Amino acid sequence: MKLDWHWDFAFEVLPRLLWATVNTLTAAGAGYAIALVLGLILALAQRTNWRALTVIVRECVEFIRSTPLVLQVFFVFYVGPQFGINLSPWTSGLAAIGIHYSAYLSEVYRSGIDAVPRGQWEACRALNLPLRKKYLRIILPQALVPAVPGMGNYLVGIFKDTPILSVIGVAELMQMANTIGSENYRFLEPFTLVALIFLFISLPAAGLVKLFERRLRLAMGL
Amino acid sequence: MVRFLNVNKDYGKLSVIHQLDFDVAEGEMVTIIGPSGSGKTTVLRILMTLEPISGGVIYVNGKPLTHMAKAGVLVPADERHFRQMRSSIGMCFQHFNLFPHMTALQNCMEGPVQVLGLAKKEARERSEELLTMVGMIDKKDQHPSRLSGGQQQRVAIARALAMRPKVMLFDEVTSALDPEVIGEVTNVIRKLVAEHNLTMLMVTHQMGFARDISDRVCFFYGGKIEEEGSPHDLFENPQRDRTRQFLSAVKEAY
Ligand SMILES: Nc1ncnc2c1ncn2[C@@H]1O[C@H](COP(=O)(O)OP(=O)(O)OP(=O)(O)O)[C@@H](O)[C@H]1O
Ligand SMILES: [Mg+2]
Repeated sequence: MKLDWHWDFAFEVLPRLLWATVNTLTAAGAGYAIALVLGLILALAQRTNWRALTVIVRECVEFIRSTPLVLQVFFVFYVGPQFGINLSPWTSGLAAIGIHYSAYLSEVYRSGIDAVPRGQWEACRALNLPLRKKYLRIILPQALVPAVPGMGNYLVGIFKDTPILSVIGVAELMQMANTIGSENYRFLEPFTLVALIFLFISLPAAGLVKLFERRLRLAMGL
Repeated sequence: MVRFLNVNKDYGKLSVIHQLDFDVAEGEMVTIIGPSGSGKTTVLRILMTLEPISGGVIYVNGKPLTHMAKAGVLVPADERHFRQMRSSIGMCFQHFNLFPHMTALQNCMEGPVQVLGLAKKEARERSEELLTMVGMIDKKDQHPSRLSGGQQQRVAIARALAMRPKVMLFDEVTSALDPEVIGEVTNVIRKLVAEHNLTMLMVTHQMGFARDISDRVCFFYGGKIEEEGSPHDLFENPQRDRTRQFLSAVKEAY
């Protein structure tokens, strides 16, 4: 079998793909931002003295983690309207992907918080630090540094999962490649380019996360 | 200043403190000695409100520690009462528990600024004064990971003192230290005893230090005070068999 690769076609479609890459990055970034904040809320909610809340949040996190992302995307987009929640593909996609990854990130935060030695909590109490300051100034800074590699993995993960948003018509990279392919009856070049774009972004991202972690440790004197 | 009345502490079925009656007067330095598992640490942790008690009442400065008076009866205290009571008590731990992401100075300033609401400048002055007192002023900008155990413990003492407690608790503050740096920490405590009118409660395994420095020594056994007295009486002329056994066992070990 002969590889029928057309360079001119590849270059012709590249700008459209790069343009769609911006959308992909936006989706990944916004989804990740939602996941970072919501994940922290979910993690902290599980540390309250309010048993019922803890159990409910725990079960929700379990539920989200054990159902496929694509199902959650469909759910928000197609089932949401039945409950009067009409969201655009973009908003549904971001909400779904943000909620999905917040469940994973909450577990990363949780293990980070659990790893803060008991002596630190006791020192906070001996100094009489109020709850909010205890978390913001003492516990979370120590919990987040070891959590950075795990958080980084999910950053790359969320980026690689953005193609799922194409199922509800978000104009991200995958959707664009598909459109280009159907228009021209040629799929080899667009899909190969998509693969390369993902590779060129994912690989350095992992390295940057490592570098960031090391910098952070140094800056905090850990 | 501190009064335990019939205090019990259980962990499940295990009774760790048993009907303890115990008084510490204002400005008094009391050391607690005793075999491992006799409840020495537990007494301090209860006072610091790190552990709830199972029965009895504790008074600090005339006020109940874990209870509050409501319509004439004592009810379990709420967080506000705890916070108020805790403000007169400071504690130093065996493993220092400094905040690793803060410098020595920041560790000392954290409480005064965040809890007492002092201005940064004032908190800094207070902290620097205390770091000077413990001999750590030249290392004030170092993080704990760059300090030796003895240095960390001295910073921890300064951090606790920066809150201006009336009662200081020391739980085996030299146990995790190399022998050659124990002196730098005990010297700080000696200085505190000599120059400040703090009420101090100290658990230690260093009998020589306990004897030099204490107004009173309590020998704990099985969650109770088996014997107490002046350092001279307790070490030279112990009345109880268990005290004698313990003291001779310790003497052999050191
Ligand atoms: N969180 C806990 N849960 C269950 N048992 C505990 C707990 N903390 C302490 N204990 C038990 O309480 C008893 C007294 O402990 P404590 O730490 O007060 O002893 P100690 O006199 O300080 O001993 P050491 O000299 O070894 O420090 C021990 O038998 C210990 O096993
Ligand atoms: Mg102990």
